Amino acid sequence: MLIQQVVNGLTLGAIYSLIALGYTLVYGILTMINFAHSEVLMLGAFMALGLAALLPAVFGTGLIGLAGMFILSMAGAGVINVIIERFAYRPLRNISRLAPLISAIGVSIILQNGVFLWISTQSLRFPEPVAIGSVEVLGATISTLQVIILASALILMGLLHFFVEHSKLGKAMRACSDDIDTAGLMGINPDYIIALTFFVGGALGGAAGVLYGMNYGSIKYNLGFLPGAKAFTAAVLGGIGNIRGAVLGGFILGFLEVFASGYIPNGAQWRDVIAFTVLIIVLLVRPSGLLGEKIAEKV
Amino acid sequence: MRQLLRYRWTPWAVLALAAIFPFIAGTIGASYLVRVGGVIGLFMLLGLGLNFTLGYAGLFDLGFIAFYAIGAYTTAIAMRAGVPAPLALVLAVLVTLFVRALLGLTILRLRGDYLAVVTMGFGEIARLSINNLDALTNGPKGLQLAPWRPLSFLSADPNIQYYLMILFAVGLGAIASSRLEDSRVGRAWIAIREDEIAARLSGIPVRQYKLLAFTLSAAYAGLAGGLFAQWEQFVTPESFVFWESILVVSIVVLGGMGSIPGVLVGALVLVGFPPLMQWKLSADWINYRYLFFGLILVLVTLFRPQGILPSSRREAELTS
Repeated sequence: MLIQQVVNGLTLGAIYSLIALGYTLVYGILTMINFAHSEVLMLGAFMALGLAALLPAVFGTGLIGLAGMFILSMAGAGVINVIIERFAYRPLRNISRLAPLISAIGVSIILQNGVFLWISTQSLRFPEPVAIGSVEVLGATISTLQVIILASALILMGLLHFFVEHSKLGKAMRACSDDIDTAGLMGINPDYIIALTFFVGGALGGAAGVLYGMNYGSIKYNLGFLPGAKAFTAAVLGGIGNIRGAVLGGFILGFLEVFASGYIPNGAQWRDVIAFTVLIIVLLVRPSGLLGEKIAEKV
Repeated sequence: MRQLLRYRWTPWAVLALAAIFPFIAGTIGASYLVRVGGVIGLFMLLGLGLNFTLGYAGLFDLGFIAFYAIGAYTTAIAMRAGVPAPLALVLAVLVTLFVRALLGLTILRLRGDYLAVVTMGFGEIARLSINNLDALTNGPKGLQLAPWRPLSFLSADPNIQYYLMILFAVGLGAIASSRLEDSRVGRAWIAIREDEIAARLSGIPVRQYKLLAFTLSAAYAGLAGGLFAQWEQFVTPESFVFWESILVVSIVVLGGMGSIPGVLVGALVLVGFPPLMQWKLSADWINYRYLFFGLILVLVTLFRPQGILPSSRREAELTS
């Protein structure tokens, strides 16, 4: 029972972490809440659904087809995020803190209703990527799906870590996050780095959308909202703007939810209350999140 | 527009027009709009309330609808326990003020977006608790109220009665806001918003003034919630979801933070637009109303990032 819950918590936490990374990357550079991120996530899932119908003809089924679906959906979600930034946020940069937020809310409503009107008003079944089996480990049933979700999330987090810490572009991202004006003076093009950040964040969100669709087996035009709000909470819990914080916050939130539903009487009803209460208490003790520091590196 | 706002009698003329409207609406076939007007009025109250927190003190609140909910449920529970309706409204305002002050005392030390997330969390906690505390709130099934129709001598239509009561509350709320804005307290809020450290050095007790702005917000939300419950005679947790909080924030920011006419116009545009589209356009278009709502949010923000009718003071801050 305990091990089963740990596995479930890890799976859910992995999805939250990926989404939280998208919020935190953007926040790290622009200090803005990208409210439309939950819709990027939703669109990632819908693109994967479309690709799942098209791709088998090209790549065949199985792991290669799955990887192709994954990468293309991620790229698509990333591009969408870049387009949103270009048209809805960039004109408002440096004008006021709240204007981009309202614009983001507008974009979020437009995207949700666009999918609602032109794609589907109903839940659509999300195809099973590969034949689903399950393994018994120490009395816990782990499905192939959970293994895939956890593995792909961990791979993506590893890639992100490598990109941010060890590549030249990652270094430029960190520089912009520290001080965007000074970074500009050092020959970094801030517009380019911001677009790149939106691409990376959007791609991670898209990946999370695909995993979310796989995990629940169906997708709908409003699926992004709830995990989006929770992942944003997770990012804040870990210290918004901090990459490791986002991952930590995501897993904490995933575990809290799973354990609250599993071990507390009526826990399923109260799990979000418990999660938010923990958030409030943590922030009262550490006002800038678990790993957030006032001035230190943010990305 | 600016010019028009400067005249002393403009607000009173608008108020008078708004008061006559429900009586002529029936003759021009617009009875539906009376109901819409009532809802707009409730959101005007919420916007005026949030304007204290967001517009005057610059504190970002994403869970404001929780206090609308607390007001509505306090009224419903009190009236079901036999408290007379006007007293239930007073009780709603007092309870929301109390809860808001407690919340403010706990969380106001947080800054910026951390405050936003904690208020969002509180909003969700409030809604889920209402949903789950069956013994007190009857859970998702909601609470039914006995009708209260104090203005029956004016009109038999409850929509018209509540339209007028809400209008009266909006007028009162706007006057109270503008008196406070021009007072010593209002100037202190502006000073804090413009430069908190400078305000502190000038001897303004920043913490207390922030708490005051944060708390006063709740009086409006409590009153709006109470009127909503009495009008609908029915409250369920579904009316108080996160999107409603976002809508109130959008009203204040889009209208013009810290500007009373701005907030009122913001509520008129954002709350009035979807039902107006539903009323005027053919069935094919009805589904598109929220798409256009989103477009309005984006386009207005892009072309007027300072809001539709910003306060001159605020505009100066943003352009400097």
